[in-house]
Amino acid sequence: MTNHMYLPVIVLFIAGAGFAIGPLALAWLWARTFSPQKSGPTKNRIYECGLESSGDAWIKFKPGYYIYAILFLIFDVEGVFLLPFAVAFGGFTVAEAVSILVFLILLAEGLVWACQKKVLAWS
Amino acid sequence: MDEQLKSELRRQGVVATTLQELYNWGRKSSIWPLNFGLACCAIEMIATTMARYDLARFGAEVFRPSPRQADLMIVAGTVTKKMAPQVVRLYNQMAEPKYVISMGACAISGGPFKQGYNVLKGVDRYIPVDVYIPGCPPRPEALLDAFLMLQRKIDEQQLTGPSRPRHLQAKLPSEFDVPEYGEHDLTPAHNDSIWHVPLVHISNAGKNESGRD
Repeated sequence: MTNHMYLPVIVLFIAGAGFAIGPLALAWLWARTFSPQKSGPTKNRIYECGLESSGDAWIKFKPGYYIYAILFLIFDVEGVFLLPFAVAFGGFTVAEAVSILVFLILLAEGLVWACQKKVLAWS
Repeated sequence: MDEQLKSELRRQGVVATTLQELYNWGRKSSIWPLNFGLACCAIEMIATTMARYDLARFGAEVFRPSPRQADLMIVAGTVTKKMAPQVVRLYNQMAEPKYVISMGACAISGGPFKQGYNVLKGVDRYIPVDVYIPGCPPRPEALLDAFLMLQRKIDEQQLTGPSRPRHLQAKLPSEFDVPEYGEHDLTPAHNDSIWHVPLVHISNAGKNESGRD
């Protein structure tokens, strides 16, 4: 029998998957064999501390903070790019400096556009 | 399985068990109570869970704030008529199998407030109670005793057969009627399927007329 290099990994993977799936399968089998389904209108309703529940659990929230979060994310990622740029600042050719400048100007322009569209004004 | 054979095997280092014993052992060792207190008995219930009395010894320290995750409802305190529908609704929303401990005189019968117009005269009028603890309020030791009693009760439950508990019988309901606020009282005043007016006059024994409320 050839001793495969990845055999331990495969065995571990199967054991890990078994640990994850085994209890679920057992619970499912148990429920099928012994426990009858006992649901009802009150039980299936959304939980409201014992009060009469009203409405649906799937409600919409106004995404007022959404644009803020997106803008923050863009400049957060820009910061990551700026760091190696600052470290290697001394040894740039003109073309490289211009391209990073274009990158910065594009993002700054986006911010100015968002400001003009009054996206950043909280209402 | 024969008890004698089982103990003999255990002496030889072999543990034999049945599925039913395993099932009951698992259930009785991880009863999660509902985080739910109504009146002064709740203070004693809280004390029971704390370090001095330490309910965690019996696997019940995880008080769940949602009925979806709870197995045991400890009705700790006076159930007012305003609160009764909420109590029944919470019980209905608990997952099977579910148990109820009626803690203190008020939850059993209304206790010292039995004459009060707003007090429900016993929570067992609407939900099935497994263990009653008398006391006003019962000491934490009494709650621990009730808890052990419930564990013994769970330990004796059958997995199959006609005497198996309610949660294993598909025909029996998992929900009980939620009372509504009527003009003068809750309607209905009690759930006929689980509670009957107690016998007051012995001369009425054997008749349909069981007594008076």
